[in-house]
Amino acid sequence: MTRLLDGRDLALGPEGLAEHVQRLGPLPAAGRSFIDVLVRSGLSGRGGAAYPAGLKWQSVAAQSNGTAVVIVNGAEGEPRSLKDRLLMTKRPHLILDGASLAARAVRAKHVVLYIGEEHHAARESMARALAERKDEERRLVRTVAAPARYVAGASSAAVHLVDDGIATPTTAPPSAHERGVDGAPTLVQNVETLAQVALIARTGSSTGTLLVTVAGGVLRPGVLEIQAQTTVAAAVELAGGASEPPDAVLLGGYFGTWMKAANAWGLPLDHDALRARGLSLGCGVIGVLPSSRCVVCEVAGIMRYLASESSAQCGPCFFGLRALADACTAIAERGANSEDLQRLRRWSAEVSGRGACHHPDGAVMFLQSALTTFPDEFAGHRAHLRLSA
Amino acid sequence: MRLAVDRIKCDGHGQCAELLPELIRLDDWGYPIIARADVPDHLVPMAQRAVAGCPVLALALQQRTG
Amino acid sequence: MSDTLLWYTTRGAGAVSLVLLTAVIVLGILSALRVQAAGWPRFLTTGLHRNLALMTLVFLALHIVTAVVDPFTHLGWLTAVVPFSSSYRTFWLGLGTIAFELLLAIVVTSLARGYIGHAAWRLVHWFTYASWPIAVIHGIGTGTDTWSAWLLAITVICVVAVVAAIGFRVTAGSRDPLKEPRTTFQAAAQRRETR
Repeated sequence: MTRLLDGRDLALGPEGLAEHVQRLGPLPAAGRSFIDVLVRSGLSGRGGAAYPAGLKWQSVAAQSNGTAVVIVNGAEGEPRSLKDRLLMTKRPHLILDGASLAARAVRAKHVVLYIGEEHHAARESMARALAERKDEERRLVRTVAAPARYVAGASSAAVHLVDDGIATPTTAPPSAHERGVDGAPTLVQNVETLAQVALIARTGSSTGTLLVTVAGGVLRPGVLEIQAQTTVAAAVELAGGASEPPDAVLLGGYFGTWMKAANAWGLPLDHDALRARGLSLGCGVIGVLPSSRCVVCEVAGIMRYLASESSAQCGPCFFGLRALADACTAIAERGANSEDLQRLRRWSAEVSGRGACHHPDGAVMFLQSALTTFPDEFAGHRAHLRLSA
Repeated sequence: MRLAVDRIKCDGHGQCAELLPELIRLDDWGYPIIARADVPDHLVPMAQRAVAGCPVLALALQQRTG
Repeated sequence: MSDTLLWYTTRGAGAVSLVLLTAVIVLGILSALRVQAAGWPRFLTTGLHRNLALMTLVFLALHIVTAVVDPFTHLGWLTAVVPFSSSYRTFWLGLGTIAFELLLAIVVTSLARGYIGHAAWRLVHWFTYASWPIAVIHGIGTGTDTWSAWLLAITVICVVAVVAAIGFRVTAGSRDPLKEPRTTFQAAAQRRETR
């Protein structure tokens, strides 16, 4: 059974075209009919929203009359996620195969490789891989650097950057698949999804695996390819096990959910299964927080980061997240009082849903999950003793 | 009819909350919170004034969908 | 209608137009600066700004019509729309025509704001800062031989009011609390290169 990371040893450089074709066979010629195969495969997107890929391709293809644009989203704005960079650095031809299939299926005029401006190894690898491809593919493709901002990975920000040169999210409607770059229907797809597409074209079904990044207090943090439904505990074991007994697990990155480690271990890593439990896998980051680290301080730090990553287009997001981050920091530094907690609750309710994009909503959900999972830690937090150097 | 705010255009002038306090109030930073998006019939004329009065045309009145 | 009556109506309506236009500009600046006081909500400032602008057009119309109809000036209707086309005080009247047309453009685009969008509206609105001084100079120029203390006083007060308001605006800076953080973020989020 094929896996995304099969083939050349990951410790070595990128898999070149010859090796890729030898291992998997040439890229099948496929046009619009491939979309039905994709729908039947049930593949869901790997960018965080887990939207069914086939349906997305259908809407773009329906509106395209040769004008569509494909954006290969390798921006990976989530700081702790490494999977997209890994794929671009080691298996670029899987991604380019997927992009080529997408371009043909939706009849695209252009393909844009959207890669983080600071992810040099990934950009070099994709550039070299692109140079190996056929002329008719290369002609359509250009590379655009994604600014190193958290929101730059969002679909509307990607479209905005390609269109107007600024990676700030825009108001939807219309969404990218309706009117994107130059007003044309635009397919924005994560690189891992496209890699899966490359395999689906050859075998008819997806690998049944997904890429996760295990981060934080484990012995071998990094990217793992796991079977869907693998538990969090099994994934952490594959990452070498926890370096010290953990208290908390953050599932789904900075827009994810905090939970007590004991409650996290048995959870199946699968988008649908988690969604049924009111959770979200997001872009697959599993953060393990060792007990020597303080949840409250960690949350305050991440809230400060999320507040500073607001694109400052909407008042409630910019001021609201800053106020929430300041309140969290105040609790972390001098301890909590009931006013602080009341304010956190009030502002959280007021900020949610009042921005043009999901940035404030994600940040609020992150904070709320921390407050509901660790209420005693927040209510009883005292400033930590500072050890002098 | 439903009220909708374009969050990016909105600059927190607050005139909508002055003209339509029954449906709109301001948060701690001067930006509108639409408590009820559905506009009752007797408030539609005031809602239209609020839409016309927004200095940056961020407020809109839309037909109820569905 | 007696010639003197027409003449006085022209000058009177002109003076009122100038006063109204001055009030409109001051209110516009107060609007942009989001000035408010207890019992004076901001929508009053913008509401007055708009209504007085429409009133200005009414008095301007009276000013123009009585001037054209007046046999003493030998003005045809064309002079109301084509600048510098009169033989009577060509230059000063021409300025008046220009000021009038700028104002008309501003009012029309404001009424059609919903259709043309905010950006286009804003661009034309800047012409206010051209229309008003041109109107003042027109007033001074056309009134040189029949200057009265009244008109002088009115003109001076109007000029002081607008200069003060502009000074206020320039020193106050932007009232949009997001302007600076937005600019900073956009600079960080801009496209730097493409291959």
